[in-house]
Amino acid sequence: MSLSIRIIPCLDVTEGRVVKGVNFTNLVDAGDPVEMAALYGIEGADELTFLDISASSAGRETTLDVVRRTAEQVFIPLTVGGGIRSVDDVDRLLRAGADKISINTSAIARPQLIAEIADRFGSQVLVLSVDARRARTASGFEVTTHGGREGTDIDALAWVEKACVLGVGEILLNSMDADGTRAGYDISMITAVRAVSNVPLIASGGAGALEDFAAALDAGADALLAASVFHFGIHRIGDVKSYLAKNNYPVRTTTMK
Amino acid sequence: MIAILDYGSGNLRSAERAFATSGHDVVVTSDANIAFEADGLVVPGVGAFAACMKGLQAVNGEEIIRKRISSERAVLGICIGMQILFSLGEEHSQDVPHKGVGIWDATVSKINAPILPHMGWNSVETASDSVLFKGIDSQSFYFVHSYAAKKSVGLRQAWTTHGERFLSAVEDDYVSATQFHPEKSGAAGLALIKNWSNSL
Repeated sequence: MSLSIRIIPCLDVTEGRVVKGVNFTNLVDAGDPVEMAALYGIEGADELTFLDISASSAGRETTLDVVRRTAEQVFIPLTVGGGIRSVDDVDRLLRAGADKISINTSAIARPQLIAEIADRFGSQVLVLSVDARRARTASGFEVTTHGGREGTDIDALAWVEKACVLGVGEILLNSMDADGTRAGYDISMITAVRAVSNVPLIASGGAGALEDFAAALDAGADALLAASVFHFGIHRIGDVKSYLAKNNYPVRTTTMK
Repeated sequence: MIAILDYGSGNLRSAERAFATSGHDVVVTSDANIAFEADGLVVPGVGAFAACMKGLQAVNGEEIIRKRISSERAVLGICIGMQILFSLGEEHSQDVPHKGVGIWDATVSKINAPILPHMGWNSVETASDSVLFKGIDSQSFYFVHSYAAKKSVGLRQAWTTHGERFLSAVEDDYVSATQFHPEKSGAAGLALIKNWSNSL
């Protein structure tokens, strides 16, 4: 017996509602986040992720409420990301009931934030979200911000290595090229990031066919995040888990009601 | 009544709700009297070993735990709340380990595994007469930690493997502990909580 791979549905949340668009545009309303979280919990999600894409502070307050209501009825780990800029922001989310938080743009702007959060709450609460795309940096992968719309010229592998030293507990690697395409995870990007990091790695962006999930695990991912394939019912979480179990990947089966 | 000891460890909301599913009244408290008088005391914990010990001392937690155990009142430690029950913790301080509460004589040391933290759902090898795992011994539970105790202590033990084998739960008369988070382990975790609270 060993540690199971994790299947993590991601819910993009704005103003208290779930949305998910192809390549982060053309948003489609896909439901109430608390209800969806509870449903995914029953369906066998190993963790849940909320990404707060609200533009306003009122929207962020709504998210805190969504986190509170979710944590009160869904007893699996919950990660929340989006708009986190300070140790105080982290504190608020953890107190609302988040188990982990993910940071992205704010850590790029001020890497020391990683160490500050890790010192105060421990590395285990801190997920570094890396939105990366193919570009002419040293490794061929560049870190982007603003949902992939803006480049930074920062090399993705160098950034991951630096963040690990500063104290992140986990990496969420999101391929901006693959995101929303359902054409498969960016396998060579996963392989490259795995090679320079020794914290758990969550692959994100591009999940489509069942084989895609297995390919990302083979490349070194510990967990698999997906959004639209689950939200639009292309695969149920149970289908992905059965497929992986059949192919001898360690999955958590939820035989209990 | 079940008391969850609040000593500055952040997210207690889901723990409170999870323990309430057992049908018991649950209170989150840092009041020493309430924590002592409750039928069961839960010692949660996130963060580093030394920071947790410091927080514990600020609410007289060490004394509450000792007093409860000597007066045969149940205590359940979770994650770092389990680790601080041991005598020594090496987190961030390998040369001079931090002192724990010392209910069990063992050192909490870094897990020897290529990927840390040990994060996610893992299985447990349980004792056949376990109270905590009754009916759920084949289930997985949610872990998030990089350190663990590796020596057998207490009356009954559960073991988990990630890189190496470590103690994932201990049952020892009135004091029990889990290295995983039952309050985050879905239906299996809620069943474990029910098993513990039924024993109060």
